[in-house]
Amino acid sequence: MEIIRAEKLSYDYVSVDDDGKEQGRYRAVDGVDLDIEKGDFIAILGHNGSGKSTLAKHINALLLPTEGSLFVDGMDTRSEDEVWKIRQSAGMVFQNPDNQIIGTIVDEDVAFGPENLGVEKEEIWRRVEKSLKSVNMWEYRSHSPNKLSGGQKQRVAIAGVVAMQPKCIVLDEPTAMLDPVGRREVIDTVLELNRTQKVTIILITHYMEEVIRADHVIVMDQGKVVMQGTPREIFSQVDMLRHYRLDVPQVTLLAEELRKAGLDLPKGILTEEELVMELRRIRKGNPGTQSREPRLKKR
Amino acid sequence: MLRDITLGQYYPADSVIHKLDPRVKLLGTVLYIVSLFVFGKPVNYLLAAVFLIILIRLSKVPVSFMVRGLRAIFILMLITAVFNLFLTPGTVVWQLWKLKITKEGIRVAILMVIRLILLVMGSSLMTLTTTPNDLTDGMEKGLGFLKKIHVPVHEIAMMMSIALRFIPILMEETDKIMKAQSARGADFDTGNLIQKAKSLVPVLVPLFISAFRRANDLAMAMEARGYHGGEGRTKMRPLEYHRNDHIAYLVLAGYLAIMIAAKMLT
Amino acid sequence: MAIRIEHLEYVYSAGTAFERKALKDINLTIGDGEFVALIGHTGSGKSTLIQHLNGLLRGTSGRIFYKDEDIYAEGYSMKALRTHVGLVFQYPEHQLFETDVLTDVCFGPKNQGLSPQEAQREALWALEQVKLEKSFYNQAPFDLSGGQKRRAAIAGILAMHPDVLILDEPTAGLDPQGRDEILGLVKSLHEEQGITVILVSHSMEDVANYASRIVVMDHGSILLDGTPKEVFAHRSELEAAGLAVPQVTRVMDDLAQEGWIVDRNVTTCQEAAAQILNALHKEKHVQA
Repeated sequence: MEIIRAEKLSYDYVSVDDDGKEQGRYRAVDGVDLDIEKGDFIAILGHNGSGKSTLAKHINALLLPTEGSLFVDGMDTRSEDEVWKIRQSAGMVFQNPDNQIIGTIVDEDVAFGPENLGVEKEEIWRRVEKSLKSVNMWEYRSHSPNKLSGGQKQRVAIAGVVAMQPKCIVLDEPTAMLDPVGRREVIDTVLELNRTQKVTIILITHYMEEVIRADHVIVMDQGKVVMQGTPREIFSQVDMLRHYRLDVPQVTLLAEELRKAGLDLPKGILTEEELVMELRRIRKGNPGTQSREPRLKKR
Repeated sequence: MLRDITLGQYYPADSVIHKLDPRVKLLGTVLYIVSLFVFGKPVNYLLAAVFLIILIRLSKVPVSFMVRGLRAIFILMLITAVFNLFLTPGTVVWQLWKLKITKEGIRVAILMVIRLILLVMGSSLMTLTTTPNDLTDGMEKGLGFLKKIHVPVHEIAMMMSIALRFIPILMEETDKIMKAQSARGADFDTGNLIQKAKSLVPVLVPLFISAFRRANDLAMAMEARGYHGGEGRTKMRPLEYHRNDHIAYLVLAGYLAIMIAAKMLT
Repeated sequence: MAIRIEHLEYVYSAGTAFERKALKDINLTIGDGEFVALIGHTGSGKSTLIQHLNGLLRGTSGRIFYKDEDIYAEGYSMKALRTHVGLVFQYPEHQLFETDVLTDVCFGPKNQGLSPQEAQREALWALEQVKLEKSFYNQAPFDLSGGQKRRAAIAGILAMHPDVLILDEPTAGLDPQGRDEILGLVKSLHEEQGITVILVSHSMEDVANYASRIVVMDHGSILLDGTPKEVFAHRSELEAAGLAVPQVTRVMDDLAQEGWIVDRNVTTCQEAAAQILNALHKEKHVQA
């Protein structure tokens, strides 16, 4: 059962002059078809300006398609009656941690969403506790957000979305302004939510290390979906990724380098452990049993 | 200096005062300030001071925090004192050319300074023991009756609470921008008033642009989390009066009664 | 010696409840023409340290020498120091304020007391150095992309002809290509202008290919100081300080622990590949 479906979705940014006359048009998203299954962890990759953030804002009905349509849990984002239901089903976490925390105390910020939904007081408290615990921020519940680190702030923002009990969470470059420690905190939190609470995750990023653990990766360029597949399938196409102005994890590059030099390595190695394991096998001299052939799953 | 103002700085502690309903604290503060102006006798100031000291003790806020708030208004206190000292007519005790210090002047100056101190400490006590959110909640609910005459109480309260959240962020940002421009040789300290004002342009432009950007981001984040005005909103901490709040109202009434009695009797 | 720091300490909010030692006994010498990377996680003191180098912050104790002159000596001009030691802050949005890029870059030279014509000449030169296309010169800085804004911000400092260029996390928020372009630009400024560069970053992988020396900070102190190879050899200390050594270095380290005859301190993919192939080749030889 899919939670998000986009059909030929296009979006134009229109610039207008002072009289409201159209000055120029820029197609940010261009005919995107998308099916996202419930419970999946999807990563959308693309360089700045590739249209990935514009696409993300459609899922929360913050933007409406110029052409085509987008459905969240079967609801058309264009239908005005369902916009609040859509926003409750698909939560959104943004890039700048400071600009999305509304409350002056951590728990009050987490309560903001449920309060807007008109949830009963006792239930709000239950949800606040549960969501803060799920992002490991419960002990900071009575702190001021200003005193937290970037990673902690983002986890509070995630808790704020979790408290609305969405089926799907869209994270729009949540780690772009964080240091490596904060980045790891956020990604671990998101993975945990996906694994234990089966929340569908759509992670938008340009950090390759973060997409390795995704179920499915979508690469965007110039508003179009240009690559789709498992992380392994995507990262085995080093030259293509480079063409789309993206990075490849260093181990993948190293493996690729070694493969080109004639070593019998599988394509799309993603982690250090994997590479070390494969090299161990080669060193022992049994080239026949490649431990993991990239599985080419058709979707 | 901006950092020294305790107004709007919550001091977390577990005290009776902290737990009071913000409406009680708001009304209490207003009445306390009014009492300082209405009852002008020394005995009233003494009573008001004693009352405040008891409240500060109850609030568990360190006195040093209270005093820090006073530092920011030191100049104001000085000016008030000097004006009253020299400009109050009465029995002259000391004179130099046209400057006269009168007996009454000394009296008024001392009382004015005491009044200012009590006023600032009294309102600091409220802001130190009430989170900004509670404060705005208190105002929203306490002034809820104004909605009937189409005053957007909820919107004003939301605006205030967001402003409170962003003040420290924007202050930090101002500091960063000033440093970035100083690194390009900008000079904020020398020159006359006009030059100084002009030198702030490179700070204000990035600051405003950033503030607009933040406002835009925040609006989007609020919308994404289902915010659509005060209609149909519930509260995590709805304001409800408890036993202590009723007691506090009684204490407040008692304080006012004593003040009135003291003024009449002396 | 471009910069010499002796026993520098800095205390935040001294005398209040929030007192915190941000820098502890820093001793550091940076030579003319060096390319140094200053690394540490958020709150390690790296940003505080660089603000001392151009006098924006004044140490609580200790001394700093620029070209062997004590910058805390009486009569030393901090304003002059700021033009010798150029500091580009993390967010270009914090410094761009004029209506067009060219005028904005003129701001620094004008503050140095240059005439409008001279300032413009310096600005044009600086914009050329950062390789910003001419069509952007008359555009509003706010309409530029992230990478272009960075270039304009760097030009704003470069136009003052600093001898030392300090960049505070110049790649934050840029995508991989934007990041490579900015780092490449810094490298070419270093090579072509002979400018001393101090690059602040929290990414080891970013700086491994560019800097000839890495200084690692943790809790307000200098933890490690050496060439990338020397620094990456201290994997466990780095990880304890919240930093990660580059992935290839970790792979090589793991291999070395399994008995491979490889240099565990390589930092780039090419080096690592060569080492692995070499090791396999040698072993085959021995077996045969």
